[in-house]
Amino acid sequence: MGEPADSQVQAFVARSLDLRGLAPEQLLQHLIAVQQQFGWVPPAAVHALAAALDVAHAQVRAAVAFYAFLHDQPRGDFDILFSDNITDRMLGNQRLVGLLAERLGLGLDATRADGRVTIGLTSCTGMCDQGPALLVNGQAVTALTAARVDRIADLVDEGVPLERWPGAFFRVADNIRRRGLLLSNPATDGASLRRLLENGADTALTELERSGLRGRGGAGFTTALKWRFCREAEGGDRTVPRFVVCNADEGEPGTFKDRVLLTSYTDLVFEGMTLCAGVIGARLGFLYLRGEYRYLVPHLESVLARRRAEGLLGKGILSQPGFDFDIAIHLGAGAYICGEESALIESLEGKRGVTRKRPPFPVISGYQDRPTVVNNVETFLAAARVVQWGGYWLRGEGTDQSAGSKILSVSGDCARPGIYEYPFGTPVHRVLTDCGAGEVQAVQVSGAAGTTLAPAEFDRLLAFEDLPTAGSFMIFDRSRDLLDLVRNFAAFFAHESCGFCTPCRVGTALLRNLVEKVAAGQASTHDLQELRDIGALMRQASYCGLGHTAPNHVLNTLDKFPAIYQRHLRSADYSPSFDLDAALGSARALTGRDGVADHVEEEA
Amino acid sequence: MSTTLILDGRPIPFTPGQTIMDAALAAGVYIPHLCHNPDYAPHGSCRVCMVGVGGRLVSACTTAVLDGMTVESNTETIASTRRSIVQMLFVEGNHVCPACERSGSCQLQAVAYYVGMLSPHFPQCFPQRPVDASHPDFMIDFNRCILCELCVRASRDHDHKRVFAVSGRGLASHLVIDSPSGLLGDSHFAASDRAAQVCPTGAILPKHRGYEQPIGQRLYDQAPISVVGDLRAQPGGD
Repeated sequence: MGEPADSQVQAFVARSLDLRGLAPEQLLQHLIAVQQQFGWVPPAAVHALAAALDVAHAQVRAAVAFYAFLHDQPRGDFDILFSDNITDRMLGNQRLVGLLAERLGLGLDATRADGRVTIGLTSCTGMCDQGPALLVNGQAVTALTAARVDRIADLVDEGVPLERWPGAFFRVADNIRRRGLLLSNPATDGASLRRLLENGADTALTELERSGLRGRGGAGFTTALKWRFCREAEGGDRTVPRFVVCNADEGEPGTFKDRVLLTSYTDLVFEGMTLCAGVIGARLGFLYLRGEYRYLVPHLESVLARRRAEGLLGKGILSQPGFDFDIAIHLGAGAYICGEESALIESLEGKRGVTRKRPPFPVISGYQDRPTVVNNVETFLAAARVVQWGGYWLRGEGTDQSAGSKILSVSGDCARPGIYEYPFGTPVHRVLTDCGAGEVQAVQVSGAAGTTLAPAEFDRLLAFEDLPTAGSFMIFDRSRDLLDLVRNFAAFFAHESCGFCTPCRVGTALLRNLVEKVAAGQASTHDLQELRDIGALMRQASYCGLGHTAPNHVLNTLDKFPAIYQRHLRSADYSPSFDLDAALGSARALTGRDGVADHVEEEA
Repeated sequence: MSTTLILDGRPIPFTPGQTIMDAALAAGVYIPHLCHNPDYAPHGSCRVCMVGVGGRLVSACTTAVLDGMTVESNTETIASTRRSIVQMLFVEGNHVCPACERSGSCQLQAVAYYVGMLSPHFPQCFPQRPVDASHPDFMIDFNRCILCELCVRASRDHDHKRVFAVSGRGLASHLVIDSPSGLLGDSHFAASDRAAQVCPTGAILPKHRGYEQPIGQRLYDQAPISVVGDLRAQPGGD
């Protein structure tokens, strides 16, 4: 697309301003629209948005630099980003990246001279059950094979617009393999909202309390308590605006269950949000959708429109005067940290997604510093069913501390990757058996930030009291070198650290470099201790959960799989982090001396 | 109304609403810090002021005191944590103390001495960061920026100008300047701004004078930062 004329950019920004409004909170949404239109954010757009929204130029540029899907330099007409989760790698994405780069004649992170195409890598796009995957101009392409990549190279070279690419490329399957309490029935007709209107908010909260429902995003905060805190914030003053936010920024590597819930259980998710609005007294809600799932927007908008037409959203829901609530979709733009609720709120406000100081928690001071409930997609769905069918319904499954079921995203080395719903308290080995995993070496539970399990732990239980999980479940068989997992996750966290606090900003980069040093055969025992020390520091001293959990995979594997490091060690004790003899190469070249005496002998 | 916390075994009075840092500063007890300046809202980003409360580490500058709270600050474990954090700050930038104009009066350097840092320990990152000398009165050497955001806060909350912001993410996070060109000279920055005075390192420096104070008379030459206090937050130092 190259460089558009300033007038063209200004006209587009003006249309975006008409459509999305002049609130500074809309900054990120405008920037995403500009990026989508021009393939980058030209300076003329930065100037126009800074002026129209009354935000600083620096703030606009800072946002562009923060979000991975926004660019301040032109990208190719076809901007191709390969998902680079460890599961994509296990399915051979690196070979396919190389194939496409070779076919199109360009390198990684480069734009071809004719401006036609850019190829890069991106964090997990949530297609691990049907990878390798990529995004082309933000649209998800799944199930890549050499043949499919070959065809993509042709389409790019012929300049065929995306709308005319084969529809099969963009097909995303649900892959639901096991249905439980939540997945057994996607249908709803607003029953939970009728319950709310019949019995009142206090009864709804009582049912939620009785159910023991805890947040499905991983942290497990009691949902009834969160809603009650928000309802009672500001002394319960009903004139203070409140907000409902659905966290659909499913960025944890290896998780994709929200993708399926938003595809096939959409009404239930929106109903849960509406229910929450009715309980806490909110008039506006947001679905914060990760940019990787932007292909879902037309579907989501159509469900929202239908629900408005059915009287389940909008003014006077179910003909109840004063029950007014609507939902807006806000897109993310490639930032894992925005899955953290306070960073998500910053992003909703159009800013860089940097976590806020807590307390105050969002239920007291969230979006626009107003009381705000932020819940996971799955939590809203479960809440709607609890109010519809009563608290005991959820209690019918699970454990004392973990009522109900958990939806897992299963991927990696198994015969049947996909979505599995189990009662809480299910042992890991049961999942492995059901999905057809054999010769399992390790399981990564709850994503890159989660826990690495060795076979001796496969009888542990998926439950808040043992193995809390947001649902990611990645399987590694004995053919895998687990150091590849560590390298992939270490690079992921270095890429996704927001950079606010020192231990995480610097620590994630140091860990990545040390892990690469191990892989390159340059490390010694001393470096393994360094990995431990830096990891421990990050756990203790980081500002938010990202930094606290980012070293988990390193610390877990050092404890449970020490051999994956040790077999790469160069010497047991100490080795320098650079090659002195190689460093002297330029001096040898300059002086023209290259005799035996001009080389430094390596110490054994 | 005043109540008490126990800091390293010593009772310290505090007023409700104070943070551990507020109470310690008021009692004359030094907890090392870099992104904190009592004139601005607590930030909690540098993590140098980590203290132990109930077996966990928390940042003293953002943690509100509760009555009877027991806080550990002066222990070898905590000193080691702080040292590692300061070392991280050193290796992610390019800090050449012997040549720096701020040497001897630099809060980062003084804190490094205080926490017993004898080497950078970690491999240097050697980032490529340009110097901005476009302003007639001040220059910015981004090599020395530690992302404390004190200039961001001072410009926004005191000068009401929003001259500075932090851009990017991860290790690529960097300070940016609010002007169409991105240069300080094209911004609304003025030598009289509070933002010109708050930098705890040598990143924001006045032009046309240098090395004015002879060695021996610089801020931290005679006594450590735990006695002298911060660069600008000392009494009457406004």
